[in-house]
Amino acid sequence: MISWLAKRVIQAVAVVLAMTVIVFIGVNVIGDPVAVLLPPDATQDERLRVIASFGLDRPLWEQYLSFLAGALRGDLGRSFVFSEPALSVILQRMPATLELAIAAMLLAVIVGVPLGLYAGVRPNSAGAKAVMAGSILGFSLPTFWVGLVMIMLFSVQLGWLPAGGRGETAEFLGVRWSFLTLDGLRHLALPALNLALFKISLVMRLVRAETREVVPQDYIRTARAKGLSEGSVIRTHVLKNTLIPVVTIVGLEFGSVIAFSVVTETIFSWPGMGKLIIDSIHLLDRPMIVAYLMVIVVLFVLINLIVDLLYTVLDPRVRLEN
Amino acid sequence: MSAITSAPATRTPLQRTLRAFASSPLAMLGLAVLACIVALAVFAPWIAPQNPYDLMQLDIMDGQLPPGSQAATGMTYWLGTDEQGRDMLSAILYGLRISLLVGFCSAIAAAAIGTTLGLIAAYAGGRTDNAIMRFVDLQLSFPAILVALMILAFLGKGVGNVILALVIVEWAAYARTARASALVQRKKEYVEAALSYGSSPLRVLFRYLLPNCLPPLMVIVTVQVARAIALEATLSFLGLGVPVTEPSLGLLISNGYQHMLSGKFWISFYPGIALLITVVAINLIGDRLRDVLNPRNAD
Repeated sequence: MISWLAKRVIQAVAVVLAMTVIVFIGVNVIGDPVAVLLPPDATQDERLRVIASFGLDRPLWEQYLSFLAGALRGDLGRSFVFSEPALSVILQRMPATLELAIAAMLLAVIVGVPLGLYAGVRPNSAGAKAVMAGSILGFSLPTFWVGLVMIMLFSVQLGWLPAGGRGETAEFLGVRWSFLTLDGLRHLALPALNLALFKISLVMRLVRAETREVVPQDYIRTARAKGLSEGSVIRTHVLKNTLIPVVTIVGLEFGSVIAFSVVTETIFSWPGMGKLIIDSIHLLDRPMIVAYLMVIVVLFVLINLIVDLLYTVLDPRVRLEN
Repeated sequence: MSAITSAPATRTPLQRTLRAFASSPLAMLGLAVLACIVALAVFAPWIAPQNPYDLMQLDIMDGQLPPGSQAATGMTYWLGTDEQGRDMLSAILYGLRISLLVGFCSAIAAAAIGTTLGLIAAYAGGRTDNAIMRFVDLQLSFPAILVALMILAFLGKGVGNVILALVIVEWAAYARTARASALVQRKKEYVEAALSYGSSPLRVLFRYLLPNCLPPLMVIVTVQVARAIALEATLSFLGLGVPVTEPSLGLLISNGYQHMLSGKFWISFYPGIALLITVVAINLIGDRLRDVLNPRNAD
């Protein structure tokens, strides 16, 4: 177990290092860092001075090493727009994104598991067919367009829920959260549902497929034979066995929810990391872009590591195979 | 040998596949709809009521008219107009051209690159295989939208850049599929036979392995075209995709977004419907192809 963990951690560090190289090359070789730092009418003298003061005249590997050294100290440059360290701007916005992503994932499980269970236990019922057809739609609908339609329907036409922002927040553990106030929850509802839609379809289909595999098993027949009610067979025997893949998918998809929050945050003006990166790209705030990419890479590698760990805990067979 | 394959009573695998595909009405509907959409996109300049990017034909006085309004010239704006008085129906037809172009081009280029690398990985094995598959794993551990976002943040807007970003996002799926099926095919006798009578590795790869790996790849191509179109729309909506001079469906939706809150829904809504119909049609075809081409379902 320890050697497996050590190997896995080394792998994770290698991925992060590889990504620093890719991001560095992207910003300094494909993009032109000097063009961003200078006004278009700069003279050749100014140009050379800027190049020298930012160390852009040094060999590329030397620039990379100093970038890496800075990154290790948590220094990813100062944002041009906020005039603050880029990393701290991102960390301020991170709770909003995490809140949205967790809400979406919870929604996906709360809605997806019962629907999938129902569709798996009664595969031929009309309800199950409607659920399956709905899930195809859930896969095909572009997230951003659904968000717009939601705003149109629930905010503009019906006026039930607000169209954007985080609403009133309350402080907990030194961070401000929306889910602690009623107004905040009202603001959270639409973006969370928008972000969850795709994952609801995914969880539903997964649980349905698992259920259909579990139901014909002998232990289910035994449970029924010993006189358990149908409800308790489903709750204790079917449901529990479908949950392992659900846990995995929730972990794996958490990263993708954070990535897709870029879209949802933009539509619903949710002040998280996703909206921040889009704004930074439009404003050409390069240190911000670099910092965001590095933070997201570390976040992803961490998520993947945690999922792998959880998986070996839940299913010891995985560990034995390695 | 030719006597066996050309026996008149047997159908070729291709004919069997086509027949199986055609037996699903839903898939045929998808195919028919897609054919219509492609035709509309290709012939847009001749079909569209106006050229939406010829400023001479636009009348700013007709801005933001609801669907069904009449223009001063007597033309009817069936799907309304945007803030510059552009006929939305025409804008959608022209937008489809860009969306489909980006979707198909990127899927085909990614298929060519990914399949080649996947075949090489399976055929060469060892270190080459390891190196290629490491890249595939790295690529697949990050969501497509994030990778595309990163690339476009470096490269900037543009149709070419979007296609490039989508190719970089998509090649890994092809590589993995091609490698998986090529590994199975590699062990078969026909490959050994081809090698033993002196075929070059290149010939074995493309003449023998590739055709036998095609069925699963065709499914991936369909799925990826739909994904590429949706992803392009998302990127353009975020303002990172195509430039304003070449608006795709995603950019049209984005342009209407600001008018949504004032109740002028049609500027965003109808391009979205066009996008939805296109993606669903392709997905219906893909679903059926998956059933038909899956060897487990072969009877």
